[in-house]
Amino acid sequence: MRTLIFRSIAPFLTSLMVLFSIFVLLRGHNEPGGGFIGGLIAASALAIYGIACGVAAVRRAIHFHPMAISAVGLFMAALAGVLSVFAGVPYMTGLWIYPSLFGVELALSSVLVFDVGVYLVVVGAISSIALGLEEGDRD
Amino acid sequence: MSAAAPATTLLVLMLPFLAALIAPWMTRRLGHNAAWILALAPLAIFIHFLGFAGEMADGGVVTGGFAWVPSFNVSFSWLIDGLSLTFALLISGIGALIILYSGGYLKGDAQLGRFFSFMLLFMGAMLGVVVSDSFLMLFVYWELTSITSFLLIGFDHTREASRRAAIQALVVTGGGGLALLAGLLVIWNITGVSQISLLLTYGDDLRASPFYLLALLLVLGGAFSKSAQFPLHFWLPNAMEAPTPVSAYLHSATMVKAGVYLLMRLNPVLGDTAWWETILPVFGGTTLIVGTLLAIRQTDLKLMLAYTTVSSLGLLVMLTGFGSEHAIAAAVLYLVAHSLFKGALFMVAGLIDHETGSRDITGLGGLRKAMPITFLAAMAAAISMAGLPPFVGFLAKEEIYYALWATDPWSLAFVAVAVVGNGLMFVIGFAVAIKPFFGAKVETPQVPHEGPALLWLGPLLLGVTALVSAILSPLTHRFISSPMASAVAGQAETVSISVIPHMGPALILSLVTVAFGIVAYLMHDRLRAGIAWLLAAIGWGPDRGFDQLISGLVRLSVAVTRLVQPGRLDIYMTVTFLMVALALIGPMAWYGEWPSMPVWPADAQFHELVVIAIAFIGLLAVIYARDRLTAIVSLGIQGFAVALIFMLFGAPDLSFTQFMVETLAVVILALVMTRLKLTSADHRPTGRKLVDLTVSLACGGGFMLYLLAVTQQPFNTALSDFFSAYSKVVAHGANVVNVIIVDFRGTDTLGEIAVVMVTGLAILSLIRIRTPRAGAIADNDPDQAPVPAQSAEVR
Amino acid sequence: MEPLFAILVGALFTVAFYLFLSKHVIRILMGAAILGNAVNLLIFTAGRVTREVPPVIGSGSDVLAAGAANPLPQALILTAIVISFSFFAFLLVLGFRAFQKLETDRSDEMRLAEPVSDPSPPLGY
Repeated sequence: MRTLIFRSIAPFLTSLMVLFSIFVLLRGHNEPGGGFIGGLIAASALAIYGIACGVAAVRRAIHFHPMAISAVGLFMAALAGVLSVFAGVPYMTGLWIYPSLFGVELALSSVLVFDVGVYLVVVGAISSIALGLEEGDRD
Repeated sequence: MSAAAPATTLLVLMLPFLAALIAPWMTRRLGHNAAWILALAPLAIFIHFLGFAGEMADGGVVTGGFAWVPSFNVSFSWLIDGLSLTFALLISGIGALIILYSGGYLKGDAQLGRFFSFMLLFMGAMLGVVVSDSFLMLFVYWELTSITSFLLIGFDHTREASRRAAIQALVVTGGGGLALLAGLLVIWNITGVSQISLLLTYGDDLRASPFYLLALLLVLGGAFSKSAQFPLHFWLPNAMEAPTPVSAYLHSATMVKAGVYLLMRLNPVLGDTAWWETILPVFGGTTLIVGTLLAIRQTDLKLMLAYTTVSSLGLLVMLTGFGSEHAIAAAVLYLVAHSLFKGALFMVAGLIDHETGSRDITGLGGLRKAMPITFLAAMAAAISMAGLPPFVGFLAKEEIYYALWATDPWSLAFVAVAVVGNGLMFVIGFAVAIKPFFGAKVETPQVPHEGPALLWLGPLLLGVTALVSAILSPLTHRFISSPMASAVAGQAETVSISVIPHMGPALILSLVTVAFGIVAYLMHDRLRAGIAWLLAAIGWGPDRGFDQLISGLVRLSVAVTRLVQPGRLDIYMTVTFLMVALALIGPMAWYGEWPSMPVWPADAQFHELVVIAIAFIGLLAVIYARDRLTAIVSLGIQGFAVALIFMLFGAPDLSFTQFMVETLAVVILALVMTRLKLTSADHRPTGRKLVDLTVSLACGGGFMLYLLAVTQQPFNTALSDFFSAYSKVVAHGANVVNVIIVDFRGTDTLGEIAVVMVTGLAILSLIRIRTPRAGAIADNDPDQAPVPAQSAEVR
Repeated sequence: MEPLFAILVGALFTVAFYLFLSKHVIRILMGAAILGNAVNLLIFTAGRVTREVPPVIGSGSDVLAAGAANPLPQALILTAIVISFSFFAFLLVLGFRAFQKLETDRSDEMRLAEPVSDPSPPLGY
């Protein structure tokens, strides 16, 4: 599997897929997409990178342990629900703000934070599984 | 009256439990002298209840309590009348003496703190039984007495005999408790009330109910097992494995009387029927005779006393069954007398055992000089047990004969039973009180000398009480007997018997009893040999039956477990899927609600049919694949076909997800499979394959029919309309699927991603586990683990 | 289209259960993967099938278009897919570890928890 061509294009393919996954994540609220799909795409990207260049390279590239990413995601998702406490509404009620950045109105919401959490959990858990299996392949 | 304040009474009822909590700590600090302090708890209870005596004597009843589960009309409430009061005074009074006695008896035992704790727990439970007003409370306390009795009998848990006796007691009395619960529920159902104080007015309704007999039998199941009525009597003598303070307190003075208490308590509502007046006297009378005969057979002091306890309980049940005015008065007096003399005699037996090292009556003699106070206490108790004046036992026996005497055959039979029973108890009483103390001095394992005050205080005080209460009989009757008899009878009663003998049939019967007792006493050894021969001839008894029952139960469970748990996954799977098929197809077949024959969808387009066909081909290929790579690829094919179906039918989100998941699944499956030396080919024999195919076809067909039936029903769009209507307007999202996931059902999703993360963690740890060598047993295998040091506690 | 889907769902269930009844761990695993698809498609079909119009509200509208697919089963299935995948991976690794440990891939030879010659419990107290 570790042919020269595959190894050469894998980093670009991976970067593109991760970028695409973030795009899918962010558009998820209004178009097909969302945290689960985005997370799976990013996890596949990391898996491909791992097959091409080795697990060590992936671990260097993502810097954090995949389960740590997953944990941060779960924390974010839980926190997104807690935010509603400050607005005095029940847990998990969606909150929206529309700040203007460089003249463009951005729709930010606790729901988006939640979806990003979902994304991180899926990326972390699935890539942890894939990397673990790929790594075990070599010992 | 301040003592009647509900809060004080509640505190008093909780006091034993609080004392139990601090007992181990206090014993660590003070050793056996902690008994002096711990005994203050029952003493305080005694004094508190004594405060009610005046009110009870005037026919008063104290109720109180707190709502517990108001929605079910369950309350923590108590009812204190003459009956409860007498019991409470006995429990707390004897309890205080027993705590002191325990301190002396188990001095130096490493587990003394635990013992105190159990004893006090029992005291709290027993107190709860006799003051409970609500059924539920009664049942909970009732079972708690069974449990504490189990703990105390098994106190010396290193001996198998103790463990067996403890389990036996728990099984019999705990099982009886369940019968009682059922009985109380039946009563609750008939009358609609769950409180004893309210129940007392429903006696006629209860007796007229068609379920009266059922309720009666269930309640009797509870009472008879607790009070060791024949043929459930066998647990009580075995319970003598417990330390002597337990035998004196639980298994003679208090706990075993809980059954009698229950019968007395329910006498006004369940009594006065033909069933009641037949079952109770017959069982009680049988128990009386069997108990005394078995007592004669024994040579162990404690066992002799234990069997006479069985017979005394039989006598009490018999008297309660008669239910006449004098019978109730007799039962009341005998109950009090028995608690006093039997508790004292047990303590004496323990004292002899403690000081000489033996409690075999044939190996004891001449202790009178060495243990004068013990002898005094023993004589007082024995005279009371024998029913001689001027002790309270005499009052009880006179009253018994008053109650029983009549000239019809039924009564005469029971008079004879009572005479024989009392005569034989006379024998045992004096055998325990005379034989160890008189005669030639016999060599014993320890040199006998008088025990410490902690040990003789209890029996002596009980003996004195038995004497004083008889001499001051007007006072006893005013404050104890009459209120209690009134409570049992359900109407005002006055007990008036005194120590001065009156001429009449009762006195003659007493004289006959004494004469019979003296003759039997002189023939004791010959009687014992005769009964031993008789028992050997019978050979089988309920005690051995219990062993057979338990081992039969174990064997049956082993057989059933082996049948339903053969340890073969394929068998479990087959059974499970058969049940699934049955659950799906059964109701449709039963109600004849098969889906109608579907019509071929005319609008099916060619490319859709192709995708579905691909899914079918993938499925077939998975089954028939000869090598594992083909199987994996075929698995991928059916997965992608499903993804395409999602795409074609308006679910792009699902489609993408499914694509990604199938890709990842194929990749990791390939990663793992390359490392496994496995064949995916099917090695099942053809017959087995056919069976499996039939089962899976039945299941799959069931799901198909079910889905067809579902889709042929009109569709309820309420939920979908809700999400459609509010997704954009309220939640600001156009992609309804995503809005449901992250907003409407966000908390669900939070749980689901937590699951994903946990499986990730589980997989990671599975991968990271070091396998020392292939085929080795896992580290946590119990058979391979180093044997932990048995019973780490240091005695 | 529902009858066709029902037949496909029936076939998926049949194959999944047939694989489950095998003694080989690897076939059981594949059965688990197929069972996930079977259940998902069951839910999908039970929510009724429409063609091609995804449940996304158009820019000019506040509610779904008339012919749009039912969003509720999709939301249920989406998370189910991901969860069933992670469980599939867990079962895969578990089976793999069991194979390494016990040196067999046959479920009837994995008798560690319920040994063939389980001794009878003692009859004493």
